[in-house]
Amino acid sequence: MNREKRNHLIRLFVAIAAVYLAVIILEMTLRPTSILFTVLRKGAIYSLVAVSMNLLNGFTGLFSLGQAGFMLLGAYTYAIFTIPADVKASDRVYRYYDCIIGFDTGALAGLIAAGLVAALFAFLIGLPVLRLKSDYLAIATLGFAEIIRAIFQWDVLGPVTNGANLLREYKDLSRITLPFTDIPFPPTLFVFIVAGISILLIVLLINSSYGRAFKAIRDDETAAEAMGINLFRHKELAFVISSFFAGVSGALLAAFQYTVQAQQFESMMTYEILLIVVIGGIGSISGSCIASFLYIALSEWWLRGLDMGKFLGIAAPDLFRSGFRKLVFSVIIMIIVLFFSRGIMGDKELSYARFISWIKGFGKKKKKGAAA
Amino acid sequence: MNDILQLENVTMQFGGVVAVNNLSMHVGEGEIVALIGPNGAGKTTAFNCITGVYEPTNGRILYKGKPVIVNHPSGKMKRNYAGLCANDYAEERVLSPTPDEITKMGIARTFQNIRLFKSMTVFENVLTAMHVRAKANVFSSVFRLSWKEERKMAEDTEKLLAEQGLLAHRDDRATSLPYGLQRRLEIARALATRPSLLLLDEPAAGMNPQETQELAQFIREIKEKYKLTVLMIEHHMDLVMRISDRIYVLDFGSLIAEGTPEEIQNDQRVIDAYLGVAEDV
Repeated sequence: MNREKRNHLIRLFVAIAAVYLAVIILEMTLRPTSILFTVLRKGAIYSLVAVSMNLLNGFTGLFSLGQAGFMLLGAYTYAIFTIPADVKASDRVYRYYDCIIGFDTGALAGLIAAGLVAALFAFLIGLPVLRLKSDYLAIATLGFAEIIRAIFQWDVLGPVTNGANLLREYKDLSRITLPFTDIPFPPTLFVFIVAGISILLIVLLINSSYGRAFKAIRDDETAAEAMGINLFRHKELAFVISSFFAGVSGALLAAFQYTVQAQQFESMMTYEILLIVVIGGIGSISGSCIASFLYIALSEWWLRGLDMGKFLGIAAPDLFRSGFRKLVFSVIIMIIVLFFSRGIMGDKELSYARFISWIKGFGKKKKKGAAA
Repeated sequence: MNDILQLENVTMQFGGVVAVNNLSMHVGEGEIVALIGPNGAGKTTAFNCITGVYEPTNGRILYKGKPVIVNHPSGKMKRNYAGLCANDYAEERVLSPTPDEITKMGIARTFQNIRLFKSMTVFENVLTAMHVRAKANVFSSVFRLSWKEERKMAEDTEKLLAEQGLLAHRDDRATSLPYGLQRRLEIARALATRPSLLLLDEPAAGMNPQETQELAQFIREIKEKYKLTVLMIEHHMDLVMRISDRIYVLDFGSLIAEGTPEEIQNDQRVIDAYLGVAEDV
């Protein structure tokens, strides 16, 4: 038993190390503008937010749709914290307002602050909202996300949020340096490290005593309560932790994009993340990671040709026009939902044994996205 | 003998329906007490009042001599209250702990319709119930600073499963067990919260005579081993008569009899409640 467990850990460690090594090698060899990096970075960011949503929806049984709102809080906090003080004082970013925040921090402090601000808001929202159940909770959290988006564009808050205008010149991926030096941090590796550590923490949480309490609440609230699990406290805890990591992923997204604007964090974004969670399998961390890389690769890369006139070598400019990609994409999603209704992984995790039996079963090899 | 649990004038009223009417009873330490009555008599409602699922409309419940649940009719219920002793507790502070707080005090329960954690294995079901006694906070738990406690919990679970004869099914899904073992697992899970008082809601429901007999033995064993007091709701009269020290009989929410198994068997009101009264021809 113990030996098996140790072997499992060793394999997991080797797989994760291989992923990181691959990222380092790719960053050293490929052109930095390669589309692969976009997919890897955005995939890792979406992995993190999908896992954080899975912690709520899949492991605690709370159907929350506030993820985009918490990402927005994280993205803005990160941007506002890391725009250099002299840029804030100038007209380069805050053209119509006088920024009232006079300090700036490094990327790491910005990331942690992003998580903390999102967590603080989650704590306050959670007090009234977590007394609701299922659909009602979803509606309340969705409403919260929409309100946050509107408030951040309000011009009274302009001295902090720059109103409805863009924020830029903060510590985006090209400006992040190795600690105490001026050497730029390899951008994709940075995203992978932050997302990886965050996901690791969530996995540790899920496998702890508290994680079991969350699953108990998901399985049967009445029984969980009768076993001495305080429902409200544990729900609030899951909500705050999930939002913390949604905030961190929002900050990463801001760093990835070079500019950030409240407008982009629409409810559509939450649905996208929910879709990834469902495709990956509700209650599976590795499923969420695989699904987000697949999702991003499909929408950003593999199906791109459908919008550009040429797909898989077939040139048909009349058919493959702008918007056709979305149509094909929707069909693929419908097929997945119809035939793999429990997602790629169900509620299981990726493991060596399962991977081997899967390869034997299909007789063909497939590159795996991540081994979380 | 000290009373571990006392109910004083407990009334539970839903709208105009009085489900439990002025119920007073006491359970002594180390006793096995049964609560019986025809269907719809209010037995499970009484359980739900004791475990904090419902807030009783009126009355007081004491655990180990200290009041833990106190309530009196207020607001709209004050006008519509149909029970007795309406003003007895009006001066007292209202106490209405949630079920998890009751469990922390040392009262554990099982359910009439089995409520196991479906996605978990047998081992995990019991391990989860140990969470209530864990001292680690979320940070020490995530960073595994509390690994000693975690290991202790796993060892205790293993021990408990071995004692309950469930170790062979350790890694099976809880819901894949045969019915009788699911019942036993539910009791094991309740024991994992380290109770002094165990409430069993129809532990023998759906069991055949053989399994019922085993259950009677099992309840006696755990009572001795874990120094428990047992309060149970049960319909299998042979089980009730065999293991109970005392029996309370409820009908239409009110207590109609209490006593030893012999006394209850010969009580005319109990016979009437179960079999009906012959009408005068």
